[in-house]
Amino acid sequence: MPAEVTLAIPLAEADGSSLVMLLTVFVLAMFVGFEVITKVPPTLHTPLMSSSNAISGITLVGALVAAGAGDSKLATAFGVFAVALATVNVVGGFLVSHRMLEMFRKKD
Amino acid sequence: MSEMNMEMVRNLAYLLASALFIFALKGLTHPRTAVKGMQMGALGMFIAVLATVIGSGIVSWTWIVVGLLVGSLAGIYLAVRVPMTEIPQMVALFNGFGGGASFLVAGAELVMQMRSAGAEVGEPASVATAGSAGMPMQAMIAIAISGLIGSLTLFGSLVAAAKLHEVSFKWRDKKVWMSNSLVFPGRKIVTALFFVASLYLCYVVTLHPDTSAWYWLLVVVSAVVGVLLTIPIGGADMPVVIALLNSYSGLAACATGFVINNNVLIIAGSLVGASGLILTNIMCKAMNRSLANVMFATVGENGNSGPSQDEVYAGKVKSTTPDEVAMLFDGVSRVAIIPGYGMAVSQAQHAVRDLSILLESRGVEVEFGIHPVAGRMPGHMNVLLAEAGIPYEKLKEMDEINPTLETVDVALVVGANDVVNPVAREDPNSPIAGMPIIDVDKCRTVVVVKRSLSPGYAGIPNPLFAKENTLMLFSDGKKAFRELVSAVKET
Repeated sequence: MPAEVTLAIPLAEADGSSLVMLLTVFVLAMFVGFEVITKVPPTLHTPLMSSSNAISGITLVGALVAAGAGDSKLATAFGVFAVALATVNVVGGFLVSHRMLEMFRKKD
Repeated sequence: MSEMNMEMVRNLAYLLASALFIFALKGLTHPRTAVKGMQMGALGMFIAVLATVIGSGIVSWTWIVVGLLVGSLAGIYLAVRVPMTEIPQMVALFNGFGGGASFLVAGAELVMQMRSAGAEVGEPASVATAGSAGMPMQAMIAIAISGLIGSLTLFGSLVAAAKLHEVSFKWRDKKVWMSNSLVFPGRKIVTALFFVASLYLCYVVTLHPDTSAWYWLLVVVSAVVGVLLTIPIGGADMPVVIALLNSYSGLAACATGFVINNNVLIIAGSLVGASGLILTNIMCKAMNRSLANVMFATVGENGNSGPSQDEVYAGKVKSTTPDEVAMLFDGVSRVAIIPGYGMAVSQAQHAVRDLSILLESRGVEVEFGIHPVAGRMPGHMNVLLAEAGIPYEKLKEMDEINPTLETVDVALVVGANDVVNPVAREDPNSPIAGMPIIDVDKCRTVVVVKRSLSPGYAGIPNPLFAKENTLMLFSDGKKAFRELVSAVKET
C-alpha cells in the first residue's frame, strides 16, 4: 500500500463505532483534566497556562503528517505553516514553563 | 515491520505520550514536583513527534525540516528573551498559535481528502475514499468545528496579545490604546450576526465535502467573530479572556483530533480545554461576575457608580512620606504586602523583595496577600514575586490571608485598587458588589503606594484611601519601595 494513504486509513474506519470510541476518550480525558487541574494551586496558574500552551502544541503530530504526505502544494503549504506554529508552541511553551518553574523551585 | 504493526506501535507511543502529559499536569500540583512534571511532558511530546515521523509514512522531508527549524528558533527566542512582565502577552500569542495550527491541519486534511476522492484511475486510489464523497459526515463536522474554534482563537488571541502589549494606533488623529475597552455602536448586534453566520457556515461546510471554499469562508467569518469578541474587553477583565482562549486552543486541538482520528490530540486537547475552563471559572468567581457579563457587558453598564470621587475623598485622604512609613515599621510584628497590576507596570517586584528581606532581618513576619485576579493573567503576581526570589510559602491566597488580617500591623498595598475596595462588601449597588476582596481595611494601619487617586478598572472611587487608618504614599511603586528600604535602614 502506498505510504501516502496511511492517513486516509483511519478515516475509512470512521464509522459510527469509532466515533463513539473517540467521544469516549474525549469525555474521559475531560474528567481526568478536571480532576488533576483542580488541584493546581493558584501560585502555579501562570506556569499551568504556559505548559498547557505547550501541550496543545500536540497538533504538531497532525501538522507533520499533513506537511509530509506529499500531497498537493496547497495541503503541504498549510501543513508546513501549521508545523511552524505548533513547534513555536511546543518549544516555546515548555522552555518558558521550565524557566518559570525554576524560579519557584530555587528557594528550596 | 508490517503496516499493521507499525500503526499499533505508533498508537502505543501516542498512549504513552498521553499518560506523560497527565503526569506533567499532575506535577504542577506542587512547586517542588513541577519541574520534573514539565520534563515528563516534554518527553511525551518528543515521543509523540518521533512516533509520527517514523510511523506515518512521511515522504517529503524538506519542508517539514524548514517548518520545525523556523518554529523552534522562534520558540526558543521568545521563551528565552521575554521578560517575566511580558508573559501574559506571550501566553496569549501561544494560545493563538495553537488555534491557528489546528485550523490549518483541518484545512490541509480537507484538501487532501478532496484530492484523493477526486483521484483518477492510475493515481494511488485509497480504500478510504472509494466513495464519491471524500469525507464522512462526522469528519466534516469535526473539520467545521476545528475551523470555527481554531480561527476564532487565533484572531481573538492576536487582539488580546496586542492589548496586553499596550499597542496603540492612530485613528482620526487620536491615539487609541488597544488595552482599553474598544466599543462601537451596535457591536453586540454585529457580533451576534457574525456568530450566527459562522454557525450557519459550519452547517454548509458539512454539506460540501467536495470543496474547501466554504471552509475558508468559515475561517474568515470566525476570525471576525474572534476579533469582535475580544476587542471590547479591557484591563482587569483580561485574565478571563486569556483563560478562555487557553481553553479554546485546547478544544481546537481536540476537534482536529476528531478530524484525523487521533487519540493523543483528543486527550491532550481535552486536558488543555479543561484547564482553561477551570481557570476561566476561578477568574469569574473572583470577580463575582458571570462569563457572559465579562464578555458582553461594558464596564460602567453594570449598576450605578455610586458616590463621586469628591464625596469620598474630600478632606479625608492623608498623604505620607517614606520616612513616616519607615517609623511605622518600628516594633511591628506582622506586615502584609498586597500587590496589584501597578506592581507589574512599575516593575517593583525586586524593590518589594528588598524591603521584605530587610523587615524580616529585623524580626518582622512578612507575607503577601494575592487576589486571584490581581494582574493581567491567572497567577501573574506569583510569577513576578517568584522571579524576585520570594519563596512561594510567603504568597498567601486571598481566602488564606483574609482571616488573619486583623492581626496585621501594617498592610502595604502596591498598585492594587479594585481588589481591596471595601465597597464590594458594603454597597450592594456598586459595580463590584459581591466581589471577594482582600480585607486590608481590617489591618491596623494601611499604606497605599499609588501614583494618584485615579480609579481602577471598575471606574469607582475607593473609600479605603479615605479611611482614618489609611496613609497614601503617592509615588511610583519601584521608587517608593527603594526609598522605603533606605528609610528603614536609617531608622
